[in-house]
Amino acid sequence: MLFVPSRQTVPTYKKLPENVQPRFLEDEGLYIGERLEMAHSHQNIMENRLLTQEPGRRWFGDDGRILAMPNPIKPFPSRPPVLTQEQSIKAELETLYKKAVKYVHSSQHMIGSGDPPGNFQLDIDISGLIFTHHPCFSREHVLAAKLAQLYDQYLARHQRNKAKFLTDKLQALRNAVHTGLNQEKPHQSLDAIKKTIKEYKSEIRQTRKLRDAEQEKDRTLLKTIIKVWKEMKSLREFQRFTNTPLKLVLRKEKVDQKADEDAYEAEIQAEISELLEEHAEEYEWMMEEYRMSYQQWKARKKAQRAKKKKRKPTAEERSDEETEEPCPEEELVKPTPPEPADRAVIEQQVRERAAHSRRRPGEPTLVPELSLAGSLTPNDQCPRVEVLRREDVKRRSVYLKVLFNNKEVSRTVSRQLGADFRVHFGQIFNLQIFNWPESLTLQVYETVGHGSPTLLAEVFLPIPETTIVTGRAPVEEVEFSSNQHVTLDHEGVGSGVPFTFEADGSNQLILMTSGKVSHSVAWAIGENGIPLIPPLSQQNIGFRSALKRADAISSIGTSGLTDMKKLAKWAAESKLDPNDPNNAPLMQLISVATSGESYVPDFFRLEQLQQEFNFVSDEELNRSKRFRLLHLRNQEVPEFRNYKQIPVYDREIMEKVFQDYEKRLQDRNVIETKEHIDTHRAIVAKYLQQVRESVINRFLVAKHHFLLADLVVEEEVPNISSEGSGILGLSLFKLAEQKRPLRPRRKGRKKVTAQNLSDGDIKLLVNIIRAYDIPVRKPTASKFQQPSRSSRTFSEKHAAPLSTNSPTHSADYPLGQVLVRPFVEVSFQRTICHTTTAEGPNPSWNEELELPFRAPNGDYSTASLQSVKDDVFINIFDEVLYDVLEDDRERGSGIHTRIERHWLGCVKIPFSTIYFQARIDGTFKIDIPPVLLGYSKERNMILERGFDSVRSLSEGSYITLFITIEPQLVPGQSVREKMNDMLKKFDSQEDEKLLQATEKFQAECALKFPNRQCLTTVIDISGKTVFITRYLKPLNPPQELLDVYPNNPQATAELVARYVSLIPFLPDSVSFAGICDLWSTSDQFLDLLAGDEEEHAVLLCNYFLSLGKKVWLVMGNAIPEGSTAYVLTWEQTHYLIWNPCSGHFYGQFDTFCPLKSVGCLIGPDNIWLNIQQYDSPLRINFDVTKPKLWKPFFSRSLPYPGLSSVQPEELIYQHTDKAAAAELQDRIEKILKEKIMDWRPRHLTRWNRYCTSTLRHFLPLLERSQGEDVEDDHRAELLKQLGDYRFSGFPLHMPYSEVKPLIDAVYSTGVHNIDVPNVEFALAVYIHPYPKNVLSVWIYVASLIRNR
Amino acid sequence: MAAASPTVFLLMVNGQVESAQFPEYDDLYCKYCFVYGQDWAPTAGLEEGISQITSKSQDVRQALVWNFPIDVTFKSTNPYGWPQIVLSVYGPDVFGNDVVRGYGAVHVPFSPGRHKRTIPMFVPESTSKLQKFTSWFTGRRPEYTDPKVVAQGEGREVTRVRSQGFVTLLFNVVTKDMRKLGYDTGPADTQSVSGPSPPQSIPQ
Repeated sequence: MLFVPSRQTVPTYKKLPENVQPRFLEDEGLYIGERLEMAHSHQNIMENRLLTQEPGRRWFGDDGRILAMPNPIKPFPSRPPVLTQEQSIKAELETLYKKAVKYVHSSQHMIGSGDPPGNFQLDIDISGLIFTHHPCFSREHVLAAKLAQLYDQYLARHQRNKAKFLTDKLQALRNAVHTGLNQEKPHQSLDAIKKTIKEYKSEIRQTRKLRDAEQEKDRTLLKTIIKVWKEMKSLREFQRFTNTPLKLVLRKEKVDQKADEDAYEAEIQAEISELLEEHAEEYEWMMEEYRMSYQQWKARKKAQRAKKKKRKPTAEERSDEETEEPCPEEELVKPTPPEPADRAVIEQQVRERAAHSRRRPGEPTLVPELSLAGSLTPNDQCPRVEVLRREDVKRRSVYLKVLFNNKEVSRTVSRQLGADFRVHFGQIFNLQIFNWPESLTLQVYETVGHGSPTLLAEVFLPIPETTIVTGRAPVEEVEFSSNQHVTLDHEGVGSGVPFTFEADGSNQLILMTSGKVSHSVAWAIGENGIPLIPPLSQQNIGFRSALKRADAISSIGTSGLTDMKKLAKWAAESKLDPNDPNNAPLMQLISVATSGESYVPDFFRLEQLQQEFNFVSDEELNRSKRFRLLHLRNQEVPEFRNYKQIPVYDREIMEKVFQDYEKRLQDRNVIETKEHIDTHRAIVAKYLQQVRESVINRFLVAKHHFLLADLVVEEEVPNISSEGSGILGLSLFKLAEQKRPLRPRRKGRKKVTAQNLSDGDIKLLVNIIRAYDIPVRKPTASKFQQPSRSSRTFSEKHAAPLSTNSPTHSADYPLGQVLVRPFVEVSFQRTICHTTTAEGPNPSWNEELELPFRAPNGDYSTASLQSVKDDVFINIFDEVLYDVLEDDRERGSGIHTRIERHWLGCVKIPFSTIYFQARIDGTFKIDIPPVLLGYSKERNMILERGFDSVRSLSEGSYITLFITIEPQLVPGQSVREKMNDMLKKFDSQEDEKLLQATEKFQAECALKFPNRQCLTTVIDISGKTVFITRYLKPLNPPQELLDVYPNNPQATAELVARYVSLIPFLPDSVSFAGICDLWSTSDQFLDLLAGDEEEHAVLLCNYFLSLGKKVWLVMGNAIPEGSTAYVLTWEQTHYLIWNPCSGHFYGQFDTFCPLKSVGCLIGPDNIWLNIQQYDSPLRINFDVTKPKLWKPFFSRSLPYPGLSSVQPEELIYQHTDKAAAAELQDRIEKILKEKIMDWRPRHLTRWNRYCTSTLRHFLPLLERSQGEDVEDDHRAELLKQLGDYRFSGFPLHMPYSEVKPLIDAVYSTGVHNIDVPNVEFALAVYIHPYPKNVLSVWIYVASLIRNR
Repeated sequence: MAAASPTVFLLMVNGQVESAQFPEYDDLYCKYCFVYGQDWAPTAGLEEGISQITSKSQDVRQALVWNFPIDVTFKSTNPYGWPQIVLSVYGPDVFGNDVVRGYGAVHVPFSPGRHKRTIPMFVPESTSKLQKFTSWFTGRRPEYTDPKVVAQGEGREVTRVRSQGFVTLLFNVVTKDMRKLGYDTGPADTQSVSGPSPPQSIPQ
């Protein structure tokens, strides 16, 4: 079934036609390529297959083998040639400087942009071409060309006739001298005459020499012409044919023998006399010189003789004398006048010269005349080589290409080369041009037969002057020559090849192809007689002037600028025209430089070519609003960082875009009091702003520094020892894991990077689970009230009718019934969500609320998210139903109730906390105002105390929450840590060893307890790394506070804690968005009046230290802050944990203590790392002396070096200006009242002045008692005064930083939401000033409804 | 009025992610997105897309053909931040995990017309041999936090990459009002008479 070809070798006969012997082409001497190497078995299989499948034998060659292409593999690798020589590499890689060409639209390259195209025309007339040498030249041609050239030369010389001109000049000069000598000019001084005569004479001498040279040249030329002609004649005779029609005729012109001789003789005589005169002059001059030298010689001789007398004559001296011998002899000869003898000699010289260079007198003048009258030998009489040559010439044709600005624009017709090597074109090309002509080139092409044309040579034609127009242009000849080498196998001598005329091969000549093009170039004239010339102004003047300054620099390099000699040399070499005004500054510079000793410029130009690239001036660029906007955006100036779509035109950019920015720049030093009300705070805010700016500038570079983790997501290195998720074994196990396990485990959500998010993608999920100990309504109030005032109090009024309707509203409900109907409202970024209403003081909601999150400016970058300042307000309200039915008779047919909500308390969680924590899970203390009219907790406490004694220990109400962000965002933690890393590199004044120890300590801590926070070094406000214990030092609290309870240390401690908590809280991550955590010292903190947990904790710690307590700083995690700092004190028997930001303290075993884990403790002289199994304060031992539980940083191996503190010696407290506080109080009250009115746009807002004043009196009481134990008195008083009002309200207490938080707090209570028509409001503000401008603000806000 | 003085110019890009050459991989899909500067805004079309999974062609070319269309229009006031297309190619590894097979980016061609671009693709390398092995084993290879990283230069010095293959893109680019706003991006040889560089002189 299957065909399996055999592997056996196929016999040759099967592969060949019958009876054919294999034929081996290779043996017959034919070339066959090398066959590709193949395995024989393969070949056999193929052959068998072919034989079986296709019976024909067309697959096989004559030798019985399969037909095959030759081996395609090249024997050598075809890599690019490796450059071995270093020089050549350099030459390849050498960068060339090319000038930047300034591109100005349509002014340089194009001519007259506005004019219609084709307005300018250049006429190029190419009349013909003559070869002065061509490879096809025969020897005769060479000679003929030479002869023609010489004849041309002769003609040119003859035309100019310089010899004649010089002779005439000589004559004129002689006459001048003659007359000058003879005439008497009394008014001219003799000296002047002598001087002119002297000048004349020297000129005569000069002219004579020139004339002689010219005459000699003329004569030699003539001789050469004759010689060449003779050579040619002999050549023609020798080769027995004539190739050229050249014929030289020497015409003799007869002269008048006598006159000629006379003139000749006179000339000679004149010359002789002149020469004699010259000689005489020379002689005199020499005599003078001689005398001088003679005197010197004499003097020397004398001296020598004197010497000689002293010494014996030696050989040396004799030789000395011999050398000096000629001098005295000369002296003897010179005085005898050699005039007659000289005359003869000179005459002879003159005559000889005249005979050599001049025509002999009487000799006829020879005038050569070259004519083309000679006849050529016909082809049949010529030898074979010559016939071949002539045929070759005939096969050749020539044409020209016209190139304009290096682009071919036209070409001539191809003309055959004539036997005389002349080509006549006679063509005129009219170039209509757009571009300014830069170059005009003719290319000479030669075609042999039907072969491809070869470029012989390029001829560059000059661009005509603008004055040259068609018709006036002379025909000019431009020579060209080519360097091609041609050897021909016939009579032609070739080109670039040596040849000779001599038989013995000597006197070799090498001739190159050369020739002449006769042409004329001119500007055309238009129809109306206007020359079609581009206007002169448009010539590349602008071009050149713009570049000319850079020219010198570019040609000699930058170093030449400092080297003036080099510059001068360059100027000399490049033949700068010193008169060109363009070069004036340069020439001046050079002259100054070369004349002065050394002129070295005191500047160095770094970017000397910059100017060339400037397309507008700097001023203009700076004036451009668009450029400015782009520039500011690029600098990441906050106002413009996210500026999108910068307009195209300046005119579209509004001035007001810059206003804010400019204002900020202006205001930097001006204190703005409007926003901050109180000047000190304004100054502080400014200061903070400046610190922030400096820090931001400092880290701008760091922000653009990336780590691998920022760019690439990579699984961590599996670590066997750690219990992280990256264990190799565990991940191996994961592979085998079921995709959908029956009991799924909780998996971490995937984190989303913030870049690709947009509005609406992020949601805040708030799970309200339950609350404990919500205050309940106080039914007793009404009963207590009832007898004293009218019988129509609000409670009683509703008690009767509602008891049937709803049990919740009965005031006298039996015990155990619902006392309160709380619900939770969450507001975030002005979005409000609320839960359903639950019942009772311990409600359970278990509801999830979803709030959208919107980043500022739609910027979801990490830095932007970190700086979100918004808070999540979780408000607890009591829903109260009031019956508004006026008439009891309608009771049966309709229900008319009004829902009122009474604010009970709130929890405020900053968004930044949620963002950094990713989730917040826990039970929070509800911030309940100290006085909550109509509500109480006591009863509830009594109720529960029986069975829940632990809870009764804690006061207040609690709410259990779970908050997270969906999807989970990657907090900028890595950025922060990185910044801290960066900061470590900044200077630190700490000892290097200490820093190394801290790093080691932290590394150990991170390895063992990755979740425990361990701090050893922190960054101070100037960006330096500081060891943390330096922050702890006893510091005195304000004396005022100490004086309040002199005998009660616990009360003092609480008061101090309260003082600290009154300093406003501002997280560093907000103020230094995404950059770092900075620690300020306590005095800076008090000056700034803003700081985060660390600053509060440090200050509190320092105060406690000065109070003599045993105190530590606790670094750990708390809710809701996350990683934070608390203060731990040892109070004889127990530990207390203080929250420095709220001023509250908790026992170690308090379940509601917000501190959930402890990482390390920091004392003034040591750091202890928690190495216990647990980190919850409930389960750990705070005894730091036990090394098994607490690992100290300073131990025996590294003793405490006694670090000095960074804190000041003492804190100085100024008393706060009471008047200013009072003024601020009034202003805040006014602002808040206005705000409340604004929030009620549809209702009239009435203010109850009486109530307000009552409240105002009450607030100082609250401050004094810190909101405790005043409620009953206050209520009694209120009821007494405002008996006929239904009153709901509460005091709010806050530290003061700005007005906005106060407004927000008032808004969040929702007091203004009452829309009962006859509602009245009361609002009182009290500010209690503490030292150092720490202000405690109380706001009492209430609504009143008159009972009828 | 808008025609008289345009304040933005438009760049219309359509075309397709044609094919890819990934010699060792099969069953790949690709995602594309555009990265552009602050002065740019997309006005129409899709800024990002994810293609179907393609298998290798069965011929010698072994091409992975997607022919996945791109069509987007941008408006802008400034050529700075000219859009770049960022491609990332994914496919299953030996264990069937989806892993990244290449990232690449290229500027949208400046001049109007039809352009073909072949972009080399690359992936970030593991920082160590061990990590390379584990990442191969677990199918969690190093990836860029954001594919758009490949369109920027900042921070790239910390990464090491390995080249992977090539993706061929076809762009048809149309621009509007660019010349009116002073930006000439047309190819030099197709200049019309109104352009600043006129044709050469005409011989007669």
